[in-house]
Amino acid sequence: MQVTSMHFKARAKEKLADAKLQAALRKLQGNFVKGRADRVAELDNFEAIREAGAEIRERALANLDLYLAEFENNATARGAVVHWAETAEQANRIVCELAAQYKARKVVKSKSMVSEECGLNDALAAAGIEVIETDLGEYILQLAHEAPSHIVAPVVHKSRDEVSDLFEQKHGKPRKTGIAELTREAREMLRPHFLGADMGISGANFIIAETGSTLIVTNEGNGRMVTTLPRVHVAITGIEKVVPTLEDVATLLRLLPRHGTGQTITNYVSVTTGIRGAGESEGPEHFHVILMDAGRTRLIGSDLQPMLRCIRCGACMNHCPVYQSIGGHAYGWVYPGPMGSVLTPLYVGLENALDLPNAATLCNQCGVVCPVKIPLPDLIRKVRERQFERGLKPWWERAGLALWGWTARHPALYAIMTAIGARALAWMGGSGKLIHNLPLGGGWTGRRDLPAPQGKTFREMYGRHWRRS
Amino acid sequence: MRVGLFVTCLVDLMRPRIGFAALTLLEAAGCEVVVPETQTCCGQPGYNSGDRRSARVLARKLMTEFEACDYVVAPSGSCAGMIRTHYPDLFTDDPAEAERVKRLCERTRELTDFLANVVKLERVPGTFEGKVTYHDSCSGLRELGVKTQPRALLARVPGLTLEEMPEAEVCCGFGGAFALKFGDISSHIAERKCANIAAAGADAVVLGDLGCMLNIEGRLRRRGDTTTRVLHVAEVLAGNVEG
Ligand code: SF4
Repeated sequence: MQVTSMHFKARAKEKLADAKLQAALRKLQGNFVKGRADRVAELDNFEAIREAGAEIRERALANLDLYLAEFENNATARGAVVHWAETAEQANRIVCELAAQYKARKVVKSKSMVSEECGLNDALAAAGIEVIETDLGEYILQLAHEAPSHIVAPVVHKSRDEVSDLFEQKHGKPRKTGIAELTREAREMLRPHFLGADMGISGANFIIAETGSTLIVTNEGNGRMVTTLPRVHVAITGIEKVVPTLEDVATLLRLLPRHGTGQTITNYVSVTTGIRGAGESEGPEHFHVILMDAGRTRLIGSDLQPMLRCIRCGACMNHCPVYQSIGGHAYGWVYPGPMGSVLTPLYVGLENALDLPNAATLCNQCGVVCPVKIPLPDLIRKVRERQFERGLKPWWERAGLALWGWTARHPALYAIMTAIGARALAWMGGSGKLIHNLPLGGGWTGRRDLPAPQGKTFREMYGRHWRRS
Repeated sequence: MRVGLFVTCLVDLMRPRIGFAALTLLEAAGCEVVVPETQTCCGQPGYNSGDRRSARVLARKLMTEFEACDYVVAPSGSCAGMIRTHYPDLFTDDPAEAERVKRLCERTRELTDFLANVVKLERVPGTFEGKVTYHDSCSGLRELGVKTQPRALLARVPGLTLEEMPEAEVCCGFGGAFALKFGDISSHIAERKCANIAAAGADAVVLGDLGCMLNIEGRLRRRGDTTTRVLHVAEVLAGNVEG
């Protein structure tokens, strides 16, 4: 997917002024934030499960090579073929080659954020292959030629009205307004595609080392059709998604739906193991698993490794005051919100996403809700440190920090500077004691005032105590 | 008990009154208060901007200044949080210093936490006629667990009633340099906080961090609210509220 994170500021500004988006985002706060809180409150040992979830993910990452090898062995033994893609381009190439090998003309897809990373749909279209997204949200976005704005609810930025208009225009059928009717219409449109597709492409929420299986959670059932109806199933996911055992997955599944959609469990949990066996009536004849790196191994062993624990539940963005204000598109790539502010710069290059790690208040609401205990604000800060080390901070910020740091080390000078500053600001505040327009501080005073200081510093007022003693 | 008051740079510059209120409260609790003269900044601006080196220098300076104190108390969750939760991270590769840092962390407290849990202040000097609502600042709440402490202390202020606002624990949008760099987003988040404050219908919003105070007051005034007061919890507890 094309990276547009460089335009974060300008796009964020548009999003703040977009009344429809703002209304849509308010819904998200209610449904997902409250949903998670309710589901978590039901568990009397929630913290223990969360602890176990984090430990499972950490264990998998600590022995990533071993578990991936185990996965490959077991998957191969059941008739699957495992492919390793070092880059997103390689992943696309493998899928296109498979499509050519099996003479696939039509592909149905269930939701996969990794395929968004690769821009797989465009690659397939360029190879002359028809791709149909079958997750309702992704289907809507495909019709509208838009990118997802959320990793779990990709179409959260759109209102029902907009979907009604879109369906009417694209399907050429009478306008529907109810959610059930709209969904039925989408199903009717999708059914022939399921039956006519030569290849199904899915993602994987987890891959299980001990059984060589891939696992997806869905609510619509489309994932089942994608993985079983076409004669070829291709699952594409990141190498970090491996989990040692089925038992481990069961623990993680106690966390994922609760944090993602506020459900105790999703409508479907599909575990796909191997190809259709002799005498079996269902399942694909060919099963390929593509495991993509695309920047992940660079994090292994680094202080940013905890980020790879992520199970893509979306709770961090649902609870993020910044995401809640601007939605996902402004972030400019596949992953928005706090997890995206860490992953995007690391996967697409620090210099291509300079704003993201800085566009955070570090309020730690994300870290508190993350089901696998990823210390997101700490990781965001570490990305800032990398920016600083590589000289990617703007000159004025570096100069400001240097000046502040230096002055703060020289208390006598610091006392003079702050005394002058306090007076200057107090003067600017005037009788109302409010600064409406701070020179060079337009970021602050654009849409709020700056309360003026009292006029003297604490140091000055307390000074006589020091002089007396 | 010798308590070092870490005034914090924002209180020093913007609201000395809060520093004096903290002093009053600590003395009311029977502490011997020292205010190291050379103190400046805890290093948080550098640290949060990715400049670990300058943060480390200021951390060392602060450690030396407060070496002789039994406790270090700050009227700010964010500065106390910087010391308690982040100083150790600054010295992970320096075992000699790590021990000193650990001792500093153990002795560092946010003001209301110190008053409620360490000295267990029973009688507070202040009085306040009216209804207040309390905003939980992020660092205090999520780094130090400051939640019940200020409320328990406020409950002892004669004349004061507390009305909780919706989303009291949600960030006000300050975020340090974030407020300047991403002013639009920051103000948008602040606006939501102000709407919640208005919903509580209180005479004053009380909180424990100066950054959030400036942000919330700035947005309240800009949206046309000239009456809701924005007060630091220390001012209210000490009765050191501006006329
Ligand atoms: S970082 Fe944590 S909260 Fe965010 S999506 Fe990943 S697992 Fe969920």
